[in-house]
Amino acid sequence: MSSIPAELKYVASHEWIRDEGDGTFTIGVTDHAQDLLGDVVFVELPEVGDELAAGDDAGVVESVKAASDIYAPLTGEVIAINEDLEDAPELVNSDPYGDGWFFRIRISDPAELDDLLDADGYAEHCESES
Amino acid sequence: MGNKTALHAMHLAMGAKLVDFGGWDMPLNYGSQVEEHHQVRTDAGMFDVSHMTVVDVTGPDAREYLRLLLANDVARLKQKGKALYSAMLNEQGGVIDDLIVYLMTDSEVVGEGYRLVVNCATREKDLRWMSERAAKMDVALTEQPELAMIAIQGPTAIEKAKSVLSPYRQALIDELDVFQGHESEGWFIARTGYTGEDGLEIMLPEDEAAGFWQQLAEAGVKPCGLGARDTLRLEAGMNLYGQDMDENVTPLVSNMAWTVAWEPQDRSFVGRAALEAEKVQGPAYKLVGLVMESRGVLRAHQRVITAEGQEGEITSGSFSPTLGYSVALARLPITQSDTAEVDMRGKQVCVKIVRPPFVRNGKKVYS
Repeated sequence: MSSIPAELKYVASHEWIRDEGDGTFTIGVTDHAQDLLGDVVFVELPEVGDELAAGDDAGVVESVKAASDIYAPLTGEVIAINEDLEDAPELVNSDPYGDGWFFRIRISDPAELDDLLDADGYAEHCESES
Repeated sequence: MGNKTALHAMHLAMGAKLVDFGGWDMPLNYGSQVEEHHQVRTDAGMFDVSHMTVVDVTGPDAREYLRLLLANDVARLKQKGKALYSAMLNEQGGVIDDLIVYLMTDSEVVGEGYRLVVNCATREKDLRWMSERAAKMDVALTEQPELAMIAIQGPTAIEKAKSVLSPYRQALIDELDVFQGHESEGWFIARTGYTGEDGLEIMLPEDEAAGFWQQLAEAGVKPCGLGARDTLRLEAGMNLYGQDMDENVTPLVSNMAWTVAWEPQDRSFVGRAALEAEKVQGPAYKLVGLVMESRGVLRAHQRVITAEGQEGEITSGSFSPTLGYSVALARLPITQSDTAEVDMRGKQVCVKIVRPPFVRNGKKVYS
């Protein structure tokens, strides 16, 4: 069973969202997602300064098996990206909730937070897909 | 649930992620397929390939039968145990399957015996085709489903395999040429593989397979899954049946012209007339290697546009763990250029056209 930390929020497209407490949120893909993808070999991230709307394409994860899109779970401005993924994409596999994070955004519509899944809701979603 | 090999319990115990492959539950990886890939390129890995179909061909007409059935010529096999890679064609020259055939007896023996190893996904149609062709000949086709098969591959594979075998079998392995196998008390040990590295493929009775697998693991041979097997064979420029060739294409457009034995000219193997006509006309396509040194991964079925503006298609594409960028096999209309454009998720990306293989014995070999 893959790990689903209780303190994070989730979306059905398998991204996780961590509230940094200052109006910014960190985003990555879940353990379940990295397990489905297999070894990650390239990650394409948005650029710092990009304005994203919830549901927008925000990048691509390429694994040995397939390419899959990353979606912005919330609307806002990209304020940081994980540059370590350029040389070490395997961090997405080895530490999906830590060093394998993707980007951080300053959100502009807090109401969207209500649409996110909690850990139980995400676990149920994964169950329903399997 | 699918068919299980004799090593199924071993795979589960070693943490394999299992997937369906041609009706069999087979290991995709045991954690990381990229690590398994490197393990084979730099040291030694082992693969359960027991799902493959083994068919023995015996009887007075065995040789003439195979000379008719296969595009390569078993008359080239002069020494006991030597093997050939061949396509089995239909009358249109399309590839029904690719296989390895071993000469199992001394060539002077009346009623030579051969062993064929064919793909598991094509088992039923292969056996049907082979039986139909055998109808008027004095040959027996005997499937050997009770044999397990383990491939041990990598620069230290032979040394590590020998370390867990009897002195007799060690000596037997020392005598093996590349593409040769020998029998030993119910085992068949061959110096063949599908990775571009030196190594062995060993067929053995199912009840001995788990014990041998365990001994190999203790000797430092790491278990590897189908994921690594696919990137290893792709780097080695080896075709995968059903992906890089099938019944709709001939060996001449599948980088397999070298496996067609045109001489002697009076050997009328199945598909010969069609291949000769294609040869005279000049094949319209070619299976080539593609290399993309920028970021991203080439994938099967992506569209390729040649410099002349004609369309081809990627047949196999992946990330090459050894090279650190993507490589692919693609069937393209004949082109004079050494570059082409690939349609990657709506973007046109320029790639190099090369001659496969990409990697042999751990090193980059294309240019």
